[in-house]
Amino acid sequence: MVVAIGLISLRMAPTVRPRFRRRGRFVGLPLAAAAAAGVIVYAIIRPPEIPPIAPPAPTSFATTEIARGAELAAVGDCAVCHTMQTGHTTQSGRPFAGGRAVPTPFGRIYATNITPDVATGIGGWSLAAFRRAMRDGVDRAGRHLYPVLPYPHFTRATDADIAAMYAFLMTRQPVRQATPPNALTFPFNVRALLAGWNLQFLRQGEFQPDPTKDAAWNRGAYLVEAIGHCGACHTPHNLLGAEKNHQALAGGEAEGWDAPALQVGSPAPLAWNVDALATYLHTGFQAGHGAVAGPMAPVTQQLASAPDADIHAIAVYIASRMPPAQAARTPAARTPATPAPATGAAKPAPPITADAQRADAQRADAQGADAPAASMFNGACGACHAADAPMTHGGAPALALSSAVNAPTARNVVDMILHGLPWREGHAGPYMPAFADALTDAQVAVLAAYVRARYSDLPPWPDIEANVREARREGGGT
Amino acid sequence: MIRLTVNGRDHEVDAEPDTPLLYVLRNDLALNGAKFGCGLGQCGACTVIVDGAAVFSCLTPIALLPGRQVTTIEGLGTPAAPGPVQRAFIAEQAAQCGYCIAGMVMRTQALLACTQDPSEQEIRGGLNPNLCRCGTHMRILAAVRRAAASLRAATQAKATTPANAAAPVKAATQ
Repeated sequence: MVVAIGLISLRMAPTVRPRFRRRGRFVGLPLAAAAAAGVIVYAIIRPPEIPPIAPPAPTSFATTEIARGAELAAVGDCAVCHTMQTGHTTQSGRPFAGGRAVPTPFGRIYATNITPDVATGIGGWSLAAFRRAMRDGVDRAGRHLYPVLPYPHFTRATDADIAAMYAFLMTRQPVRQATPPNALTFPFNVRALLAGWNLQFLRQGEFQPDPTKDAAWNRGAYLVEAIGHCGACHTPHNLLGAEKNHQALAGGEAEGWDAPALQVGSPAPLAWNVDALATYLHTGFQAGHGAVAGPMAPVTQQLASAPDADIHAIAVYIASRMPPAQAARTPAARTPATPAPATGAAKPAPPITADAQRADAQRADAQGADAPAASMFNGACGACHAADAPMTHGGAPALALSSAVNAPTARNVVDMILHGLPWREGHAGPYMPAFADALTDAQVAVLAAYVRARYSDLPPWPDIEANVREARREGGGT
Repeated sequence: MIRLTVNGRDHEVDAEPDTPLLYVLRNDLALNGAKFGCGLGQCGACTVIVDGAAVFSCLTPIALLPGRQVTTIEGLGTPAAPGPVQRAFIAEQAAQCGYCIAGMVMRTQALLACTQDPSEQEIRGGLNPNLCRCGTHMRILAAVRRAAASLRAATQAKATTPANAAAPVKAATQ
């Protein structure tokens, strides 16, 4: 941290010193000394440039290594950040050519071009330069990279896997596309400060398997921690943007969405198990939990091409962290698998019709939910989310099973209402229209509160309108 | 009774508050331009404009609408005097069966109201929620480009005419 403080004063010196000088020399002098010390220290510890190379011929890599690199790149979601997007989750740029703005609490950082173009990509990077970026977060020229590139995770990867990813990337089509400059607020635009950040937060060293666990668990742990960097979203971050390692996968956030806890605290009403996780990760949908949404959607699109064995291993590892099967927290009457227990004498559950749906809504009204909210829900959401609506025949679960509805905050429900699930061109999959233009902020808040009250037994969310305003500012998370 | 403002006129509608706007438009107000396609917000045949933005009227219960301005395709022009977007769709012969076209026109109207000079990507992204089963997409896209050009020309003409120079630009572009 000493280095970081010295470096902060180094960058502040030119702008702040004149003002101080007017007040008196005695304040400026120590600041200048600290700045000078910072310059000297950084001159000593600054990583050197690694000389550029001529791009290696694609034929110089073994096809098996390239194929393995492709699998690792899919698990690592490289293309998700390093490909330009327009609109919500629609990738439209050239793969790996960068240019996507990644929002952070410190400003926007643009993902770089990692195609083997010499001028604008990594064409001149040797394997050593690539390895240093993955392990130390330093680019070929010796500049510090921001940890939005998850090098605190990649630093755990094996040499062989880093080489395989290098082989994969260096055999992609080179794309000449310059990366826009980052839009970061001072002092976060000073890359040298990351030397201090790394001292404080970067823990190097390859992944160490746990000998008490089996091979699948260890493979999953490796893929999650070293390659897939699930914690980049699913672990809470401190004020300086570093993951709180003692709360690994305890739930974080990504681009305005809550990334739910992948351990005790998971909001899923039905406990996750290995098969459910594997299905969800591989296809983006699971009948007991629903469809993937928000920033997780492009992740599962990548995982669709990952090997079955790796998906299974990830599922084994995550499932081992999840809470054991728990009693359903939501009323049994609201889950499709268990029909409402008939009151009085045992009789078959009545067929669910539109009238029954209306009666259900009226019951909800009688229980305290207000009639205007029920009308909004029935008119705007009921066509798909009512009991026996066409969507439910396609296997979509009831809202009562949704993690978003049972989450600690309203953020994901608000995001879903506003932005929906967009079409993915050329692929069949779940879809939900966006309601951002149809609903006012107050109406979104009323609907979210109604959904919470009707489909979850958990307490109401506070100040949902604040979530709505924030979500509108974020604009859908891309 | 719920009060709705459609194409600038106020209506008192006797319908349940969860009734979709589409049903009220067609059944109560005899505004049959918006069509029922899927009823699930998947096809866009029912698209109308609410407070300047294109919405699926099949998923917009009238409970949401007091105090808000609804515009349907009937509000853009008449067969004798079609509006600029309608004229562009006619000029490009963008309709085949025509079922989706009212929705396409309304989606286009909303897009061009906020984006005067849309890129090809913005046009395709903007019309993405609306489907056409006949496959006249190339003509629909041409109509959107033509409408954008004619609206820009109209805006420029008004801006350079001294008599209208003081008029707010908003009025010129609707």
